[in-house]
Amino acid sequence: MDESLEQAVSEICDQYNNDPTRLVDVARAVQARFGHVGSPAMDAIAGNLGIQRVEVESCVSFYSFLSTEPQGEVVIRLCDDVIDEMKGSSRVARAFRKELGIDFGETTPDGKISLEWTPSIGMCDQAPAALVNDVVLTWLSSDAARRIVRELREHMDPQKLVHSFGDGNNSHELVRAMVDNNIRKTGPVVLAPATQGDALHKALSMSPAEVIREVKTARLRGRGGAGFPTGMKWDFTRGSDGDHKYVVCNADEGEPGTFKDRVILTERAELLFEGMVIAGYAVGAETGILYLRGEYAYLRAYLEHVLDDMREKGLLGKGICERQPFDFDIRIQMGAGSYVCGEETALLSSCEGKRGDPKTRPPFPAQKGYLAQPTVVNNVETLCCAARIFEKGSGWFAEIGPHGSPGTKLLSISGDCSKPGVYELPMGVSLADVLELCGARDPKAVQIGGASGRMVGEDDFERTVSYDDLATGGALMVFSHKRDILKPVRKFMEFFVEESCGYCTPCRVGNKLLLQCLERIMAGKGVPEDLEYLERLSENIVTASRCGLGQTSPNPIRTSLKSFRVAYEDMVQEPEGALRPSFDLAAALAEAEEIAGRDSTILNE
Amino acid sequence: MSDTFTFTIDGVEVAAEPGQTILEAAQNAGIYIPRLCHRDGLEPAGACRVCTVMVDGRPQTACNFPASEGVVVDNETDQLLELRRDIIDMLFVEGNHWCMFCEKSGDCELQALAYRFGIAAPSFPFQFPADRQADLSHPDIWIDRDRCILCGRCVRASRDLDGKHVFDFVDRGPAKRIAVNAEARLRDTDADVTDEALEVCPVGALMKKGTGFDVPVGRRTYDWEPIGSEIEKRQTQE
Repeated sequence: MDESLEQAVSEICDQYNNDPTRLVDVARAVQARFGHVGSPAMDAIAGNLGIQRVEVESCVSFYSFLSTEPQGEVVIRLCDDVIDEMKGSSRVARAFRKELGIDFGETTPDGKISLEWTPSIGMCDQAPAALVNDVVLTWLSSDAARRIVRELREHMDPQKLVHSFGDGNNSHELVRAMVDNNIRKTGPVVLAPATQGDALHKALSMSPAEVIREVKTARLRGRGGAGFPTGMKWDFTRGSDGDHKYVVCNADEGEPGTFKDRVILTERAELLFEGMVIAGYAVGAETGILYLRGEYAYLRAYLEHVLDDMREKGLLGKGICERQPFDFDIRIQMGAGSYVCGEETALLSSCEGKRGDPKTRPPFPAQKGYLAQPTVVNNVETLCCAARIFEKGSGWFAEIGPHGSPGTKLLSISGDCSKPGVYELPMGVSLADVLELCGARDPKAVQIGGASGRMVGEDDFERTVSYDDLATGGALMVFSHKRDILKPVRKFMEFFVEESCGYCTPCRVGNKLLLQCLERIMAGKGVPEDLEYLERLSENIVTASRCGLGQTSPNPIRTSLKSFRVAYEDMVQEPEGALRPSFDLAAALAEAEEIAGRDSTILNE
Repeated sequence: MSDTFTFTIDGVEVAAEPGQTILEAAQNAGIYIPRLCHRDGLEPAGACRVCTVMVDGRPQTACNFPASEGVVVDNETDQLLELRRDIIDMLFVEGNHWCMFCEKSGDCELQALAYRFGIAAPSFPFQFPADRQADLSHPDIWIDRDRCILCGRCVRASRDLDGKHVFDFVDRGPAKRIAVNAEARLRDTDADVTDEALEVCPVGALMKKGTGFDVPVGRRTYDWEPIGSEIEKRQTQE
């Protein structure tokens, strides 16, 4: 084995105390150093961490930002979601291909630059966008793509591609990103200014039981979309037996179309971390983990800096707020490119250094979560709401929005509208009002809740964003009347096929079958009974899948079949003869014809 | 036992002990809940989803869902039978399964389940994957990934029964596949023909060399009675 590789891997593993639960970090570091995690590196990692080589391969091969094959020094990952496509990513893709002389999935012959597609990178409000290593490039055009390649060839330094910085902390010296916040509407809960330490000091003046009671009184529910009552989750975790307890913040916002956590992490990181400390105090945890999606690696140094600053101010670490014996610290766990890791138990698997397979439930994370210890997993926005509840009071919070859905909701709005960006609006706001605010252009359909959400049409525009009506994590994609409604549906299904972990049959196989049928219909080869096939298959995937991914992945098809059935019906037709239009008789006979050395007589009939 | 409790499966009262899964309790009562990735003696995985039942109206996998007092379990409803048929169907079209030439025919749990569910031919379109690599490197054992249904029994058996960890899954989604604890070849692992892992494969994916077709037709496991009959007999005997 290459000695320098062995030495480097050994040093990297040492940095993580040769702890196998840090395998994702180790693999990321090896990848950053050598451009890939090849076979000798996997052997070395296994040796140092005291695990089997196949366990390393199992993990490394799972994440799309880790590669077992050599990649270019610089990897350009162009965002491949429906919004980027609407905003011209195919023109950008053409320019990259032409300028680099390679196709997607390839590396330039000099081994310098690789070109790849990647799912939503959380920049739908400034699409088309791409990641160049960890650097985010937004508002791309074909001109920009050509310029990027030329500049890269000169200096090979992705950071130098950023010529101007975005607003707010995007221009902070530790961020230096061209990302814009695009905050279109601030609200009182999450995006309002906050005085650092205020919420925390107030929370710590109460007993942990009182803290939980306060969150319950505020009737705070999870902002990720599922809407589980936060106070109850904290209470369960507090009541569970375990040597250690953990607070994990889910900042893996991978749902196509959502980007509001990006803005919170950029502008309200202090509030978020205070929320984590409060949660830790409430449940009796000493450790918090921020699971940051790999796409947001550009925020990492800044977030570490915020944590250091809090430690210096006594808001984090040992003896917080001089109230012994409360100790609580936070570490950042980087993701490595996997949508399913936004599912809370898959996220925990990933934190444990494993592939992002969801865990079996029960037991739930509140009973046995991270390292089989009681764990609270909360969304970024939820923890900010929790912190603000202590600053302003549970009564204040509960009075915003309708009774069953108190507080505000951050919406990530993109697509056919003049003002894409982040909106903090009171819960209960109607879709029609939201569409007017964002300057929606001739809206035909809105995809609510991202790819796994639902597609609604004009009949539903009077409905409201709330737990009792349109419950959502907050992604809204607007599609105007000039759009083919089936295109985004296909894009979403391609996404789920790509992102399924493959653990369970219905999700691994079923989504692929759904996509194939949809493609058949879109190619004009569908028959009317295909619509019932889609419905039945969707129903069974939802029922039988093991985690939230498969339980929601058929939603784009199911909901669009309901709201836009005509779009499907227009594309299918009864077969004229005995054969289905999707059956290609000539192709089916080709091999036999070749063997027989003559044309089939059937085709000539 | 004093803490024994009861619940119902399709209206039949079943006794269970704390810690038992729904599948275990059902089995003790002579009720067969079809399963593929689960095998007695292995940690349940809930991967294939064939054993999906309704517990108080919510879908759960019987192999790993704990039985509890008074719950109402549906097992043989039209909806669940259709669901299971679809899952079995999916596993058939996902791989390349040629029953008529397969050494495992007659002993194969996937094939036996298909017969039990009346599947003569899959209804989903065949995927015919062309990228599945066989591994014939080991002197005594071979892997035919065309027939692998990703149940993970060999992974668990090797890890938990043999204490070896010869197998694990790599990649994800439709590309997920079984890999061995070496750069590529099974012969470079410590796999041995006496491993328990070889006894648990429900299909013909992990096979011993030199034993194919040893058992004549008529004497294979599922030649005379459908899979699950051995469990259902417990009910009739009582």
